[in-house]
Amino acid sequence: MSPSDARPRKRKPRKRLSRQEQRRRSILRAGLIGAVLLLLQPLAFLPWARRARARLRPPGALDEARFLGACIKCGQCVQVCPVEAIELADLDEGFGVGVPFIDARAQACDFSCDALSCILACPTGALSHDLKTKEEVRCGLARVVRPDACRARRGEGFRGVARGEDFAGRLRYPSIDRWEAIPVREYPYDLPLCDLCVRECPIGDRALRLEPLPGAADDDPRRTPVVGEDCVGCGVCEMICPEEPSCIVVEARVQWQDPRRPA
Amino acid sequence: MAGSEATGMSFLGDVATMLGRAPQKPGPRSDAAEIAHGRKRGKGMEVARLIEELASRPKVHTWRNRRWAVLIGVNLLFTLSYWVDVQLVEGSLTASRVVGFHLADVYSSFLVMLAQKHVAVNLVIGLVTVSLLWALVGGRAYCSWVCPYHLLAEWAESLHSWLAARGIVQDHPLHRGVRVVLWVVFAALALVTGHTLFLTLNPIGILSRAVVYGPSLALAWVLLLLVFEVVYARRAWCRYLCPIGLTYGAIGVAAPWRVVYQLDACAHEGECRKVCEVPHVLDLTIRGRATDVRMDVGPDCTRCGLCVDACPTESLRYEVKGLDALL
Repeated sequence: MSPSDARPRKRKPRKRLSRQEQRRRSILRAGLIGAVLLLLQPLAFLPWARRARARLRPPGALDEARFLGACIKCGQCVQVCPVEAIELADLDEGFGVGVPFIDARAQACDFSCDALSCILACPTGALSHDLKTKEEVRCGLARVVRPDACRARRGEGFRGVARGEDFAGRLRYPSIDRWEAIPVREYPYDLPLCDLCVRECPIGDRALRLEPLPGAADDDPRRTPVVGEDCVGCGVCEMICPEEPSCIVVEARVQWQDPRRPA
Repeated sequence: MAGSEATGMSFLGDVATMLGRAPQKPGPRSDAAEIAHGRKRGKGMEVARLIEELASRPKVHTWRNRRWAVLIGVNLLFTLSYWVDVQLVEGSLTASRVVGFHLADVYSSFLVMLAQKHVAVNLVIGLVTVSLLWALVGGRAYCSWVCPYHLLAEWAESLHSWLAARGIVQDHPLHRGVRVVLWVVFAALALVTGHTLFLTLNPIGILSRAVVYGPSLALAWVLLLLVFEVVYARRAWCRYLCPIGLTYGAIGVAAPWRVVYQLDACAHEGECRKVCEVPHVLDLTIRGRATDVRMDVGPDCTRCGLCVDACPTESLRYEVKGLDALL
């Protein structure tokens, strides 16, 4: 650096660069900035490569890699969901930014649209249009992760609102309103044996049911939730479980396997 | 030498300029242009007086205000459609549905199809509709009349100019060819990796989603870009980098709605080039450059109208090509 550089900028007469020199510098800068933009790209891979978070995706999502590539990040699925179950991921998920996911504990997909609206709204087919009914959906698979805390397994009932008075999640109760979901906190329960997850499962017995504990006596009231092959992974069981944290969670993209058959 | 190449092919020359070539030396003039240029010889004093007068004249913002109203209106329509659930415009600027009809950003859709190796019918409907719209309205009019980043970048530009006038920052121009390179590389990356990497950093998508669905961390990236534009390179994203802008520019190469330059009254004082986001399109306003008395401003023009507002002699105007003939 020459000593003249130390003088205040205002007074320094700006050196006139030749046209050629200006051009050379503009190309250099363009190359540099372009390279920086491109070098930022691999960073977008990191969150996905590390599988930091296996997100529960909306119904019909293609397999994760293809889904991320096919999603145009417009959020139309978010807009059509009647229970607002779908959220968009942020930049910390790399190129998953703007891609939809469902936080089932906060708000599960309860299929109250009846029509897989998110799939119909998707302009790219990232949510596959091949799916026609909710029974065909496979977002993931429910699993009892805290068996010891499960009320049914302890033979306990449940009374009150499932998730407390502050819970904002909604669920469609056909007995109250066939067409619209209502806040869970407006629907108190009084159950001799807690069967909330099974009771509210939008699919039914072949997805989730209560069974006697293995080897228990006939008069033993305790039951355990058993996940069946029809489980679609919607997450209603995870949302409704009154224990904190939930005893049953949906594991994204896991497929059902017959437990009696060794994998 | 290169100038003669551009004559008679000024349309192709304009396209080349959009793709990054420096505006070329003008070729032979039409007779009318020759006369118009001739009339201006020795009028230096008049121009000096005009420039002096300009300093005291209040600035006109007619088109800018109209444009800002439209830009904010369009983006608000997205927001309101979601929050008030009027469902007029669902989605965001990357893809949406307007009263049920698909619209999709052309470059984003192109990347998605490359990544997916699959042509989704809805996307095709969306991108063809959008292409038709901007082929008529004028390609990069999308940039200045719709794109939310453009508005923020305009404000950042004001700040940059204010700081530059005080010698605090300095503009560092980039070669505009880098935009074409990025356009191709992002497309190639989508094809090879199966991921639409550009969409991760796309400030338009990030902003549009923020406008509709609420703020996000990703806005930090947009802020970083704006800071870069303020302190280092004026309007860097829109001018040199954005592949979405380039796409719309290409779509609107022959758009009827455009800014037209009229040589006769022009004082060549350069007010227009000072305010222009893409000043290379206004090189034809430099003294002696225009080869005809009426010339279209090139396809990289965003139809923002700042030059129309700034021009003291009304030599730059909006025009719908062919409309005069019809009326």
